[in-house]
Amino acid sequence: MIHLSNVHKSFGSAAVLQGVTLDIEQGQSLVLIGASGSGKSVLLKCILGLETPDSGTITVDGKPANPPQFLDRFGMLFQGAALFDSLPVWENVAFRALQTGQERPMAKKRAIEKLDRVGLSAKVADQFPSDLSGGMRKRAGLARAIFSDPDIIFFDEPTTGLDPIRANTINTLIRGVVDEIGATTLTITHDLTSVDAIADKVAMLKDGKIIWQGVPDELRASSNPDVDAFVTGRAAP
Amino acid sequence: MTRFFALIGAASFSALAFLGRLSFFAFDSLRHIVTPPFYGRAFGTALIQIGFLSLPVVGLTALFTGGALALQIYAGGARFSAEAAVPQIVAIGMVRELGPVLVGLMVAARVTSSIAAEIATMKVTEQIDALITLSTNPMKYLTAPRVLAATLVTPFLVAVGDTIGIMGGYIIGTERLGFASAAYLQNTVDFLEAKDIASSLVKGAVFGFIAALMGCFFGMNSDRGAMGVGRATKSAVVAASVLILAANFVLTEAFFSA
Repeated sequence: MIHLSNVHKSFGSAAVLQGVTLDIEQGQSLVLIGASGSGKSVLLKCILGLETPDSGTITVDGKPANPPQFLDRFGMLFQGAALFDSLPVWENVAFRALQTGQERPMAKKRAIEKLDRVGLSAKVADQFPSDLSGGMRKRAGLARAIFSDPDIIFFDEPTTGLDPIRANTINTLIRGVVDEIGATTLTITHDLTSVDAIADKVAMLKDGKIIWQGVPDELRASSNPDVDAFVTGRAAP
Repeated sequence: MTRFFALIGAASFSALAFLGRLSFFAFDSLRHIVTPPFYGRAFGTALIQIGFLSLPVVGLTALFTGGALALQIYAGGARFSAEAAVPQIVAIGMVRELGPVLVGLMVAARVTSSIAAEIATMKVTEQIDALITLSTNPMKYLTAPRVLAATLVTPFLVAVGDTIGIMGGYIIGTERLGFASAAYLQNTVDFLEAKDIASSLVKGAVFGFIAALMGCFFGMNSDRGAMGVGRATKSAVVAASVLILAANFVLTEAFFSA
């Protein structure tokens, strides 16, 4: 379980997170929605240890989230996949295993299995990220995120920049692998299709605060004007 | 008037803060070089990219500079009947000064820019964040291998540059200026001292360290966006070039002051 309590984060005079409190239950898929600039990515970076909160606590299974120890339990799919340009796809996917001394043939075999799991052929393994399309890079990034069967996976805008068909494929893959692994997940997205496909629970962030939480079915029926504005695409009154 | 002094004060504090960050970065790089884990493949790749692939530009630069130096010394020496000193001055000029400085500046142009642009792009595209989430320290994986490789391989580049530069002078001396081949080489060998060669190699190591460190520092601290990458690359090359020239003065003073 991931627990955030009263998390604050500012950059200079800009208060990005203003007391975020949020729980993600074990095995739950929580989707965090919100307008651009609402603090979603900063919140994710605080959980991952890429940013340090000014105040508040973040715990994983009751223990303070101390990245060096917890990162081995995490998987992360970045918005642009963030594959390493200088490495072939299979070395990207098996990066963590290679750094911890796993034999290269075995690591490559496992990487090809994970690539197959996300619908990429073995031929892709020896290509470089620059040879792949945006959708293929996302899949390779997903293969890297699930490589070590992590307990907790984070997805940052997994369908941004993809056409609806490829976005749907990525959503289906995410739901499939998450169910298969039984991982706890936090997904940041603007895409309501992703919410429907992935979410067990939805939370909305606005101006650095969680303003609404509920299950996906409640989202469209919400009387909260900010949620309604986000769902319908109309400006809030 | 107050505003003028305030501006000077702000600039001074900014410069000191920059020096502080740079010093901390350099210390951190050295710490990661000597503490495990070590990334052998990244080190090997850096050796090839910084050392082997710099050989053509280093060789050509040294060759033309050695040749031009021989012509200049011959023409200038003729004014006071010192034409015969071409082999000795080419040798000492290349080994003590021009070889290490030109190689340092070539490495700054080729390697510093490349490192800064690569790391800055990695930062912009979240690859540095990805490294961290994959339990890999970017300083250890990106900076330490490059800085170590540049420090170790640049003395070899300097040795190659010195040799090719002297050969450039030799070619011009024997083919254009009428020096006897054996006498030219004998004068070159006789005149050089071990201290000349040692200073050249030490300068190479220091310049290599500076070149790689500047590329890594400005790459890691680049702003977001294409402009950030461009600014980081430009700043890295300028800083590396200036520091190499400043370090050259300090090392020359240390080795050869009377």
